[in-house]
Amino acid sequence: MALQDKYKQLTDAALAAGITDLNVVEQGGVLYVDGTAPSGAVKDQLWDIFGQIDPNFATGDLILNVNVSTAAAVTKVKVTTDSSNLNIRKGPGTDQPIVGKAAHGEVITLVSQSNAQWWLVRTDDGEEGYAFTQYLTPEG
Amino acid sequence: MKINKFLLAIMLSAAVAVVSCKPKDADVKAAVEKSISANAALAGVVVDVKDGVATLSGQIKDEADRAAAAALVKGIKGVKSVTDNITVAPVITNIPVVSATDEAISAGLRDLTKDLSTVKYAVKDGVLTLTGEISKLKNVAFTQAYMALKPVKVERTGLIVK
Repeated sequence: MALQDKYKQLTDAALAAGITDLNVVEQGGVLYVDGTAPSGAVKDQLWDIFGQIDPNFATGDLILNVNVSTAAAVTKVKVTTDSSNLNIRKGPGTDQPIVGKAAHGEVITLVSQSNAQWWLVRTDDGEEGYAFTQYLTPEG
Repeated sequence: MKINKFLLAIMLSAAVAVVSCKPKDADVKAAVEKSISANAALAGVVVDVKDGVATLSGQIKDEADRAAAAALVKGIKGVKSVTDNITVAPVITNIPVVSATDEAISAGLRDLTKDLSTVKYAVKDGVLTLTGEISKLKNVAFTQAYMALKPVKVERTGLIVK
């Protein structure tokens, strides 16, 4: 119960912001909070609160897993690598062959978010494959 | 005089009409409350009736109950229309979490750390141990990503955030 109190501000905000299928459970000294956010902004808001309660997320007593609803209608994503090109791969994983590249800053089409870590994308040149979600930022 | 009597009659009947209207709303309200109280799922519903318009408010468990309440009240004699201001209580479930396998967590970390050479990881029995160092900026996205891999627990006291 102590952890639920520690992160009450976060779960309250999740409810107020319209997180659907919110699941909160405490197991073995870890609080698990799962749910689906109506938008990327709501997800960011929750992570901001998490960072305020637990600076740098260093404690490890909360596992927050909030996905953005696929109904949020993201169709364009921007390549936000540090500076390099982004590899587009045949399948989801760095062990998969590279089938194309997208330039840093390029805006490409998002085809599918069915895999949380690897989104299926298509460049304007028609190259289609999986790119690492970390380096993609939804547009608009 | 005749006219006066006539006016008096009109005024009287108007007064009766006004008076008879009031108990009518109260009667309808009572009837609505009675049928709502017969359904335990609608316990949180509050009713107000004015000129035959039933306004429902309060909080209930789900959308189905909400629709049921509106349908129920609509069918009650004397209700002309229903204004539905009922809110559905937000739901938190407490279902035990099923964590991912060591293989799945490791595969995710391999991808995540490809461009984070300063971060080392180990996975055993679902527990992810992180060591090394990471920039404050990259820590946010990295944390979001490894938590989405559904580890049982994360030990990251050995990971320095710079």
